[in-house]
Amino acid sequence: MELILDIFTGICFFIGSLSIIIGACGLIKLPDVFSRIHAAGMIDTGGTAFFILGMVFQTGWTLITVKLILIGVFIFFTSPVTSHVTANLAREKHIIPVGKKIGKIL
Amino acid sequence: MFLAGLIACAITGVLILVRIILGKTTFDRILAVNSLGTVIVISISLHGFYSNRPEFLDIAIVYALINFIGTVAVLKLFSTGSLGGDK
Amino acid sequence: MKTLILFLILLSLWLLMSGHYSILIISLGIISCAFCVYVTKRGKLIDDEGLPIFFMPRILNYLIWLFKEILKSNLSTAKVIIKGNVEPETFTVKASQVTDVARVTYANSITLTPGTVTTKMQKDVFEVHALNSDFGNDVRTNEMDKKVTWLEGKK
Repeated sequence: MELILDIFTGICFFIGSLSIIIGACGLIKLPDVFSRIHAAGMIDTGGTAFFILGMVFQTGWTLITVKLILIGVFIFFTSPVTSHVTANLAREKHIIPVGKKIGKIL
Repeated sequence: MFLAGLIACAITGVLILVRIILGKTTFDRILAVNSLGTVIVISISLHGFYSNRPEFLDIAIVYALINFIGTVAVLKLFSTGSLGGDK
Repeated sequence: MKTLILFLILLSLWLLMSGHYSILIISLGIISCAFCVYVTKRGKLIDDEGLPIFFMPRILNYLIWLFKEILKSNLSTAKVIIKGNVEPETFTVKASQVTDVARVTYANSITLTPGTVTTKMQKDVFEVHALNSDFGNDVRTNEMDKKVTWLEGKK
């Protein structure tokens, strides 16, 4: 039983590590602020979700699981807020995103 | 296993630091600092499991809260020039 | 009614986070939760925006669908970053929700799926930035808009 849980944890950690490393590469590689926000969103959602899932497999049903899920819920709610505030402020300061514009933009 | 996760977090941290040093605008840097905060939250909890002391999770919760408040406060200071109240 | 729900949520959070169940600690928790609820009520913050309980019956179904979307778009974003075929595009969409809370939920759901970000909003028109035309088409088909309108349940 423990071996199966360990294997699940290993798979989750592998996907999570891959996700955050690809996100960081995107943060370096992509051309402007608005595109980099997508890479940061990948770190915030994919990375934390898989790492927390892997740690939940290790603990079982205790109070620690509740705290882990609480961290996940908190990052889940605050990450879009910070992304939106950053993007909105960049648009307020008249930074025009690269790429094509479809229709009239605000 | 936890050690491998910690090493992945360290590599990610170094890559994000490169972005912070290179970043053209202020928004790039603020975004990268926010992502670094998320990676640090993950690695604090991983380190707690690695050293068999899961009480570190409380510190991770507090770090997540302060990361959010700090990012929004810095952006507000950058946008309006004050943190609210009378100037 | 809403006051009672807020008090119960805060109290369960205290009990889950503390882990000590002696009479002194529990009574301290009850006192501080009651004080928080009193301050919130005095500031007139308990309304549909502060505590959106009209989402509750359908939220589980919506969350499962949202997690599936997040997984799919994580995969596509990783592919785009590795291959490097990035063609960003900016466009506007219209939201069909009635209340402000539902509109914020829709904008946050767009931002939460990697690949699309809400950059500006005026009333019910959102300006969306997408990493690729595939992500743009996903938003323009209005599937998520219909889901959030269904979650709101006011129509």
